[in-house]
Amino acid sequence: MHDFGPSIHRQLTDLEIKLEANRCLYCYDAPCMNACPTHIDVASFIAKIAQGNLKGSAHDILSANPMGASCARVCPTSELCEGACVYAKDDTPIRIGDLQRYAIDALMRSGEQLFSPGAPTGKKVAIVGGGPAGLSAARDLRVYGHAVTIYEMHDRLGGLNTFGIVPFRLANDVALWEADYVVQLGVDVETGVEVGVDISIDALLQNHDAVILACGMGGVPSLGIEGDDFAWDALDFIEHVKTGRRIGDLGDRVAVIGAGNTAIDALTCAKRLGAQRVTMYYRRGEEHMTAYDFEYAFAKDEGIEFRFYCAPVRVGRGEVTFVRTEVRDGKLVPIAGSEFTETVSAVISAIGQSRLEQTLKACGVETDDGVVRVDAALQTTRRGVFAAGDCIYAKGQREAMVVEAAEQGKLAARSVDAFVRSKAVA
Amino acid sequence: MADLRSTLAGISSPNPFWLASAPPTNSGYQVMRAFEAGWGGVVWKTLGTPIVNVSSRFAGLDYKAYKMLAMNNIELITDRPLEENLREIRECKNAFPDRAIVASLMEVCERQAWHELVKRVQEEAIDGFELNFGCPHGMSERGMGAAVGQHPDLIEAVTSYVKEVARVPVIVKLTPNITDVRVPARAAAAGGADAVSMINTINSLMGVDIESWDPIPSVNGKSSHGGYCGPAVKPIALNMVNDCARDPQVNLPISGIGGVEVWQDAVEFLLLGASNVQVCTAVMHHGFRIVDQLIDGLDNYLDGRGLASVEALVGAAKNRITTWENLDLNYQIVAEIDQATCIHCSKCYIACEDAAHQCIDRNVVDGTAILTVDQDHCVGCNLCMMVCPVDDCITMLRVDNGLPPESWKERSSRINV
Repeated sequence: MHDFGPSIHRQLTDLEIKLEANRCLYCYDAPCMNACPTHIDVASFIAKIAQGNLKGSAHDILSANPMGASCARVCPTSELCEGACVYAKDDTPIRIGDLQRYAIDALMRSGEQLFSPGAPTGKKVAIVGGGPAGLSAARDLRVYGHAVTIYEMHDRLGGLNTFGIVPFRLANDVALWEADYVVQLGVDVETGVEVGVDISIDALLQNHDAVILACGMGGVPSLGIEGDDFAWDALDFIEHVKTGRRIGDLGDRVAVIGAGNTAIDALTCAKRLGAQRVTMYYRRGEEHMTAYDFEYAFAKDEGIEFRFYCAPVRVGRGEVTFVRTEVRDGKLVPIAGSEFTETVSAVISAIGQSRLEQTLKACGVETDDGVVRVDAALQTTRRGVFAAGDCIYAKGQREAMVVEAAEQGKLAARSVDAFVRSKAVA
Repeated sequence: MADLRSTLAGISSPNPFWLASAPPTNSGYQVMRAFEAGWGGVVWKTLGTPIVNVSSRFAGLDYKAYKMLAMNNIELITDRPLEENLREIRECKNAFPDRAIVASLMEVCERQAWHELVKRVQEEAIDGFELNFGCPHGMSERGMGAAVGQHPDLIEAVTSYVKEVARVPVIVKLTPNITDVRVPARAAAAGGADAVSMINTINSLMGVDIESWDPIPSVNGKSSHGGYCGPAVKPIALNMVNDCARDPQVNLPISGIGGVEVWQDAVEFLLLGASNVQVCTAVMHHGFRIVDQLIDGLDNYLDGRGLASVEALVGAAKNRITTWENLDLNYQIVAEIDQATCIHCSKCYIACEDAAHQCIDRNVVDGTAILTVDQDHCVGCNLCMMVCPVDDCITMLRVDNGLPPESWKERSSRINV
């Protein structure tokens, strides 16, 4: 596998950890905890680090968030816990993400299992998709004592953590350790199984007391322009990278279409693969980018170039033609006669993710624009079928996040637990 | 530039900062370095019959990431021959004639032995003696140090032996390991002491290594109680200094010792009754160079207050300390939280809620905790202000309740009448 260089996360020294952990004020009902979608008791886990109780610290983190290892690497902490830190106003928030990584890294080294399955209830739950939402639900359902089977279409668990996040941000050993840590609790895993194709939801419902859909989203949608089949799907590109599959020669001049966090991953990955010039093209302006500020800053540091207000109109062999755009009367429109052609050796499209409409249709759940419709308890329109994670992520919210998926997995597990127990009474 | 010159029982020094008798004053090499750095005086590491030390000897008390909030030690007095120490004292005095060099002494409680030691040492041009009646460890098992300081009759007797032959001022260094420091101080006065110094170190056990179960500091798996000192002991020292400063039967100048690290500490000792201060732990932590911080800070403080000399501080606030029965029961203050500087950590809230009087209201508005004091019920205890991480965010406001000052003594006599 290609050497992608150092992780973007520098391991803090023991001295740094000591100073940082002790700098935490141990706020009451702390803002960081309330800013975390999974409500990790941050003040408590940091105090435990400060007191040398790394095992207790890791338990604080993972009990609230089974995806604590990956979240310590991929969470937009400046938007969440660190952004809410009482020191954030002075631009010196506690480095919560780094501290969380320290505590979980210690657990990864010790290998100690801090959780145990609950007394068997005799209830069986099927989870469709072994990504963050599915794994999170599986962990809690096992703790509740239910039998759990995860149906995963890939050959490995972890979902986007394993396949969709660049290795220098989240290495596979972390994503796979995290999945295995859940599986250790006695989760059955069926890999290479696509629900709706290899097995029907009706079959799942026959053999289980409830089903959780945590199948995420699909690949990058087509650009819908001439020659778009020349373009890489950014997620497919990253999956190739993560699984060590051959990418071929990207050449020296890579264009990435899109301005979200996956675009940043594709850009920086292409750069670290050796491309000389890697440029982001975005049809809107810098201020509209959906990538986090820190991601954008990271891309700049990596030497990425940026072109704003230009939309692709045609992909050809070795070139992409763009048209300049502008905002007129509040609408983004192409500027007539402004077309220009860039010589490129590869094009990667990162303009978002499509919805798994076929799968969801096969599951017989209602959707809105491809988003599974759920109630407050995350139950779909089909009784006994719940949903969590990116498949219920509706546009217009903040970015889809691992931590949000983890929280939804927990919520779905809680709802399923109530559901299967009430079935027992009835 | 204020006049920083200081005098203790006739011993003058260019500033009020002395090094206490301790590891930093163990040798001529160190004292030379200290004087070069600017220290006003030193009390030489205690002279007496040379001893043998153990290793290890010191232990630190950390608070969170802060090192050496306090330390303790089980080191004994000088381990070098008297003649070697005296030669080095001579060299230091010759090199720095304007600085004070005081010889700390320890000897068995025999008149003849003390006479011989005093006479030999004062053949050198020393500025005074400090009688070590304070060390709580090791030497006390041999009937010296704190073993003397815990017996007022021995303090008086030995002090008088020394005064019979001493030609320079005699300071008696007191142990805090007693019930009422005024009793040994009075004994020193009765024995003819020219000054007292306090506090020596406090009996302490620094801890146990919870992995090996070895005590700390460990000497091959065992330990012994040691002398506790450093910033954490300052309040104990201030109390003892002030007790003696206000006692008419003591009525002696005081050299204040115990946790002085920054110039503000020194100002407090002086205000409460000390004529100068002695420093050890801070130097063991940071080196002799800290005297520059002490001198510069004190100088700017005096200038800022328009005080011409350090002498103006000595005892200036000593009578602000009184007995509880004399405190004004009608004086009322309440906490006020400055919303502009509040960082919404809720530390004040939980402290008041769980440990004080449930007088802070906490309302979460748009995810931010807004903290306000219920001033009608606030008892003015200070706790919220103490836990607040932001200086001056929580202040204590005077409440004008229209009541005249009245102490418990006054009120109880009024009720009893």
